[in-house]
Amino acid sequence: MATKRVTGSQAVILSLLEEGVDTIFGYPGGAIMPIYDALYDFDKQIKHILTRHEQGAVHAAEGYAKVTGKAGVCFATSGPGATNLVTGIADAQIDSIPLVCITGQVASPLLGTDAFQESDVIGITMPVTKWNYQVTCVEELPEAIAKAFYIAQSGRPGPVVLDIAKDVQFQELDFEYKKCTKIRSYIPEYAVDPFKVKEAAELIDAAKKPLLLFGQGVIIANAEEELKAFIEKTGIPAAWTLLGLSALPSDHPLNVGMLGMHGNYGPNIKTNEADLIIAVGMRFDDRVTGKVSSYATNAKIIHMEVDPAEINKIVKVDVGVLGSAKRSLPMLTMNVKENKHEAWLQEFRDCDKIEQEKVIQKDTYPTKEGLTMGEAVRMVSEKANHDAVLVTDVGQQQMIASRYFKFTQSKSNVTSGGLGTMGYGVPAAMGAQLGAKDRTVCCFVGDGGFQMTLQELGTIAQNKLPVKIILLNNNFLGMVRQWQQLFFDRRYSFTELQNPDFIMITNGFGIPAHKVTKREELEAGVKKMMEHDGPYLLEVVVEKEDNVFPMVPAGASVSDIILEA
Amino acid sequence: MKQEFIITVYSENNIGLLNRLTINFTRRKINIESLTVSASAIQGISKFTIVINETEERVKKVVGQLEKIVDVLKAFYHTNDEMVFQELALYKVPTEALYESDKVEHMVRNSGARILEITKEFTVIEKTGHKEETKQLFDDLSQFGVLQFIRSGRIAITRDPIERLSEFLKERDALLEAMD
Repeated sequence: MATKRVTGSQAVILSLLEEGVDTIFGYPGGAIMPIYDALYDFDKQIKHILTRHEQGAVHAAEGYAKVTGKAGVCFATSGPGATNLVTGIADAQIDSIPLVCITGQVASPLLGTDAFQESDVIGITMPVTKWNYQVTCVEELPEAIAKAFYIAQSGRPGPVVLDIAKDVQFQELDFEYKKCTKIRSYIPEYAVDPFKVKEAAELIDAAKKPLLLFGQGVIIANAEEELKAFIEKTGIPAAWTLLGLSALPSDHPLNVGMLGMHGNYGPNIKTNEADLIIAVGMRFDDRVTGKVSSYATNAKIIHMEVDPAEINKIVKVDVGVLGSAKRSLPMLTMNVKENKHEAWLQEFRDCDKIEQEKVIQKDTYPTKEGLTMGEAVRMVSEKANHDAVLVTDVGQQQMIASRYFKFTQSKSNVTSGGLGTMGYGVPAAMGAQLGAKDRTVCCFVGDGGFQMTLQELGTIAQNKLPVKIILLNNNFLGMVRQWQQLFFDRRYSFTELQNPDFIMITNGFGIPAHKVTKREELEAGVKKMMEHDGPYLLEVVVEKEDNVFPMVPAGASVSDIILEA
Repeated sequence: MKQEFIITVYSENNIGLLNRLTINFTRRKINIESLTVSASAIQGISKFTIVINETEERVKKVVGQLEKIVDVLKAFYHTNDEMVFQELALYKVPTEALYESDKVEHMVRNSGARILEITKEFTVIEKTGHKEETKQLFDDLSQFGVLQFIRSGRIAITRDPIERLSEFLKERDALLEAMD
């Protein structure tokens, strides 16, 4: 590639083009104005989405990254602009989402002087980034951007912050871009050890009650087909973590449901009966394991994981298979014998039957008065032919939607898992819609989380993003209220909300909205929303004190899962 | 059971890395007993020597997290038995203590310390050794009034005949070549 003389700002944009960036989420300000000025000349190649808050930009970038598998990119100015990104960066770090966040910084001679809108972005973001770097010399820019994309997107993905001093944005350089393909001190993915695979295969062939747990590692590695091939050859039931959702179609006969605190009855209770756990691309989060000392007590454990630091971190494993699921799963499939575990699978079906009777039927086809969250989720999933991208905020609606929304294709679940960030849903849905332009995006939010970032309705309206927002309104911070009911003697300390007129607010942003309060209005309301060509908000007024069950109480064993209060 | 471990981290020599390393200890509420950063025998590679009191299980996990840092090449942990290590201590005592008796001189000779500087007012003594040894001299000199005292972080090298990082770097170079 021949060099050409450009400014630092132009170099930023040209570098992003070299990395295939087509969408940027951001908010301009003084310290990043030169970069915005350069972006002005590239509006045909790069779409910039002006959010209403930097938090909106970073969550949107997360949503975009989740559905595309590519790095989400966002811009923010120095000081408050950069600090407003921090929640989303922390969210991306814990959920392994590739992000490249570019922040403007005060001019390098002013660094450390408490200059206007100066903040120590590198120091602040260090604990929540995979890598960060401050650029104070224009010649470093292309290499820093190339490194940022390589680090963000490779191995176990994560967020990267590049903090670019304002004077660097004006300086000139001879621009030449070379993609980063290796860094001496960073090996994103280790080769799979065939001896470990053999050891794992021997355990699998000998197991009578094996259970496979899969997480987001399968989706990140694009190993959905490899997962299917493995379970279909071995006949092993497979359960998913919240972030593993959608990697396996909902109706796959070996899909036995969700793990964890509000997961399904079968996979939780059977974890302690299994004689072998095969964990693929998941990290034994405490919401999955419950009390670790009584977790999977009868099982040997195989952990297939790309990040070496995760093996033996929470649960002591018998065989750790390091490497991407894309490479390790086919090797394992080749080494194992064909098998069927029909009697063992039947035990999960029996559990399903119990859960169906005690919980699911009442949630999704209720007969008593008052709308449930479960029936609203079921209705939306049905009207979307079980083929929409599900985006959720955090709380009861997140758990209910994850339990009852059905999936036919992967990369269809966008949620804040590890950090549990309220306010995530609406902006993440914008990003998801931009990343999956031809798909229906259904975003479930509660009345609490919606009010944390509802200003992004403005972004949705301005960009005509046809996001379907389903607001499940129970006038409570529902999940906290549920815990108060169950564990704090119904002392509802500051969880009841006096809510505004959401329809009027949404209409105020130029988005049509409709409110449903009765069961007989629900189907027509959902149908109208789905048929509307453009963004739409459907408010569903649900039972004030509806709970999410089953539930593994915090600190309890997974086998102590309760089906009802 | 908690015991003293020496963590050695080899890294690229980049700004901000010290902070990135130490936050791994801070967030797990592990106290760093001593920390030394210097160049290693391999050009361009820095070496951090970190001493902590912890259980082996926790040390293993924190080392795993340190190795995840992009600029870190490799991290090892060892018990004290597996390493040769030293610390340096400086003591400032009033010079009149030297005149009054030969006690200070004996202490310096017997402990293998040495006098670095003598002025009318004060004398600076230097001693290298393990923490207990430098502490012992401090206690002994205290009867004369130690005006100032400073102890360095630990420096340590393994008892292994081979330099493990060199082996590691050979493997790493082969791996990087294979990626081409």
